[in-house]
Order: sequence, then structure tokens, then C-alpha cells
Amino acid sequence: MNNQITVNNLTHTYGSRRALDDVNFTVPRGEIFCLLGPNGSGKTTLFKILSTLMKPTSGSVDIFGYDLYNKSKAIRKLLGVVFQHPGLDIKLTVTENLRHHGHLYGLKGKTLKLRISELLERFGISDRSHDIVEELSGGLKKRVEIAKAMLHSPSILLLDEPSSGLDIGSRRQLSDHLSSLATTENILILLTTHVLDEADNCTRVGILDSGRLVSIGTPDELKGSITGDVVLIETTNGETLSQAIADRFDVSLKLTDNYIHIECEHGYEFVKEVVAAFPDEIQSVRVGRPTLEDIFIKLTGNPYV
Amino acid sequence: MLNVLLPVTTIWWREIIRFYRQRSRLFGAIAQPLVFWILIGSGLSASFQPSGISEETTYIDYFYPGIVVLVLLFTAIFATISVVNERREGFLQGVLIAPVARWSIVLGQALGGTTLALLQGVLLLFLAPLIGIRFGLTSLCLTLNVMAILAFGLTNLGLIIAWRMDSTQGFHAIMNLILIPIWLLSGAFFPSTGAPSWLAWVMKLNPLTYGVTAFRKSLYLDSATTNGNMPTLEFSILIISLFCILTYLGATYTASTKTV
Repeated sequence: MNNQITVNNLTHTYGSRRALDDVNFTVPRGEIFCLLGPNGSGKTTLFKILSTLMKPTSGSVDIFGYDLYNKSKAIRKLLGVVFQHPGLDIKLTVTENLRHHGHLYGLKGKTLKLRISELLERFGISDRSHDIVEELSGGLKKRVEIAKAMLHSPSILLLDEPSSGLDIGSRRQLSDHLSSLATTENILILLTTHVLDEADNCTRVGILDSGRLVSIGTPDELKGSITGDVVLIETTNGETLSQAIADRFDVSLKLTDNYIHIECEHGYEFVKEVVAAFPDEIQSVRVGRPTLEDIFIKLTGNPYV
Repeated sequence: MLNVLLPVTTIWWREIIRFYRQRSRLFGAIAQPLVFWILIGSGLSASFQPSGISEETTYIDYFYPGIVVLVLLFTAIFATISVVNERREGFLQGVLIAPVARWSIVLGQALGGTTLALLQGVLLLFLAPLIGIRFGLTSLCLTLNVMAILAFGLTNLGLIIAWRMDSTQGFHAIMNLILIPIWLLSGAFFPSTGAPSWLAWVMKLNPLTYGVTAFRKSLYLDSATTNGNMPTLEFSILIISLFCILTYLGATYTASTKTV
């Protein structure tokens, strides 16, 4: 049994719209793989396909040696899934939700009880086990969701936009939980996000844009594709200013709305010159090491929204 | 065997707990039919004698079995409408990706709806003595059985619609366009005896006609009364049993075509 997910030439269309366009990638066990992209980039479509909820128009997916569509029952046992929309019954208590889930996966009796208390303990929600889910905060609900997804000891954990609706503190906690699951239990974690910071905590990142996987690599590898610094200039007149900068300096730049993104070897030197040259047109300037957002803009030419 | 039934019972149990925690649903499914019964029943009793029905049966008596069936129908609708949203975004997505056969998901949902419908139907049975119905053991058992069969069939009918729909608005449209007319033309509201022949034919082809008939006949099993021109009890039970099986198969099929 090979311990990886392999996605081959995956394409999905809704009518005439291509949500996924020939996507290929492989994720080995123990890795936290992040699909990064703005809304509408195809993340959720890919997620639905991987979670066996939807059939792709063409292409294939191999999960731990099983073909996703001929062996979906075997695969379903391997998968733990956290959907973007809450998958808990809010009228049930935490324990009732987990018990229901366990029964669906054939767990029962003492084994199930033990496993439930184990997970409640692990995710720090033991004291809330008899609370009705609708009374819990967003962060707690998310933890219950993950506990539920982990209940049947899956080898793969899929999470769709796990951080949406969480505050900074809960986000950090979530990412710590995921890291510990990946390392201590050797679980393959695949998550989607549109929050760039979150991708920084993953082993590898795949960038999706309009259904195409435009790049894939570790966060550092991706950032390494931009040498030097990134200068971001805010202006009211993007078109003319970017033209003027391009004429005057030897730099590569991209314009998104009224922001000019410039890659250059020595950012601070460049900023001095550019501000001196166009003192009136520039509203604000930011200099720094490239972020994933810069990579995204460089790769797609689109603003990251 | 136990493992095959585990998902069925857990899905059934969830429906019961949900209902228990939202007891106002009870009011919703019972109050409206009850108001209909009292207002329409009392209003029409004075001016309308159902044709082919014995003299001492007033309209409010005639209407009673129809109202109980309406409660079963409403409960079935309320119990299944949540499937529409839960399937697209929510709890059911998690059930759909579990290694569980579709037939067991549908069976759990249908049994859940049936239990709730039966529970509320039984509450209404307490009103039966008010209109002179006397239960013996046989008629009570038979009545409960007919109600269960009918509730299971109606819940499955609701599931067939709910699994297909992408919005609750769509569900409401179908309810008004199909489910309510099916009830209106089942003999619940008026007998087919005096109706124009085209309407009498529609009523004859309507499966719910046999549900209402079976229910009416089992209610009055131990009370001497004439029920006019109606199919026999045995034939009616046969038809609603078939209805039950077909709707269950239909609901399982519909659920299987949705997602892999």
C-alpha cells in the first residue's frame, strides 16, 4: 500500500465553466498540504471530489492505492473530513454528535466511549461534552468538528477552510493541533485556505488560480522564486505611475488595482530613488521579504482577494 | 446484522432527539390541522352532508380521519424538509461520506419521520371518542398499524422530494402543488361518491385515497356505521403497503443518485 494521495489530470466543469483544469499533484503521508487560492479558484470543488462527495468530469485520484471511484467504501474509512459549513447537529450535545459519528463508522459500546473521551481530552473539550453544540463558541465548535473527524482514526484528514470564522487565537491553536496530528500520528493532512498566513505553517503549498494549479512547493521554495525584496507602492494613478517607473528603472513590476508590486535586489535603495523621483504620485510604500501574496500575484498576475 | 442496523438506528435516534429538543414543532404540525378541523368542520356541518354517508355522520365526524391523515402528512413534510439544507451544507454531508449504504441512511430517516408522525397522530386519536368512535383492541391495533404504514409511505414521499430539491422554496412549491392536492383528493375532504366522474377517477388513482379509506375503516371497525361507496379495507391496506415499498425504493434510489 503506497501511503499517498495522487491526483492525475483532474478536470471538472460546471456547464461550460471549468472549475478545475488538469490538476496534478501528490501528497505523502505525514505532510500538511495546503491548497491556497482565492474564492472561486476551485478549492472547494477539489475538496468535494477528494472527500467522495462528487465525481470529477475527468481524471483520476488514487488514495493509498485505492481508486477513488471504484473503491470509495474502502477510502471513506480512511478519510476524516471537516467541511467548511458546520457538520455538527447543533441540537445535539458534543458527545451525542461524536457517538452518532462513531456509529456510522461501525464503532460502538465501550470502544466508542473510550475513543470519545480520548478525543475530548486531546482537544481540551472534556468539560463541555454534555453541552448542546449551539451553545459553543466558533473555536470550540471547530475543535469538536476535528475531534469528530478524527474519531474513527482516519489516516487522512481533509479540512475545507478550517480557519474561517475563527479569531487569531483559535487559528493558532488549530494549526498547533494539526501540526501535532501530522507528526505524532503520521496523518496526511490536506487543507484548503484563502488565508495566506495559514499556508506558512504547512509542509507544502499548492497555489490554485481559476482551476489551475499554478505552483507547488514548500512556503520557502515558493518565496525563493522571488529573489531580493518586494516593494509595494500605493498610488491613486496606477497606470501612469507604473509606466513611468518601468521606463526609468530596470525592475519587474505588476499592477493590481492601485498597487504596484515591484521585485528588486535592494529594496531600500530602490525606495529612496523611487520616492525621490515621484514624490507626489506615491501614497504609501512597503518594503519587505516576499510573502505568499507576492508569490500569488507574480504567478497569476491577479490581485489576491 | 447488528452492524448493518447500527447506522439505521443512530440516524433514527437523532431524529427523535432533535424533535425532543424542538418541541414547538409538535405544535406546528398539530395546531394547523386541528384549527382546520374545528373551523371547517363546524362551519360545513350545518350545510353539508357528505353524500353516500349515513345520516347520523355529520361533516365534522366525516372530516376527522382526514385531519389525522393531514397531521401525518405535515409531520412527514416537516421531518424531511431539513434534508434539503443539510445535504448541501451541513450535517448530512458528513453522513454521506461515511462508509454507510444509502438505503440505511434513508431507512433511518424514514423510520424517524414515521415515529414522529405516529406520535402526533396518536395524540389526535384521543379526540376520537368526542365524535363517537369506540375502539376495541382489534380496531385500535389495526388503526395504529395503518397509521404507521401510511406515515412511513408519506415520509418516504417527502424524502424523494427533499433529496431532489436544491432549496426549501422548491420544496414548499412542490408541497403546495402536489402534496396538498393529493390530500384534498383522497376522500379526506369530501367523498368521491357525488363528485364528477373525472374527479372520481383522479381520486380512484390517488394512492392516498386508499390510505384515508384504510384509516377510516379501521377507526370505525368496532362502531356500526355506513361508509358509503369505498374500496374494501383489505384492498386499501394492500395498496398503501405497495405505496410504502415503492416510495422507500424511490427514496433510496434518489438518495443514491445524489453524489457518488
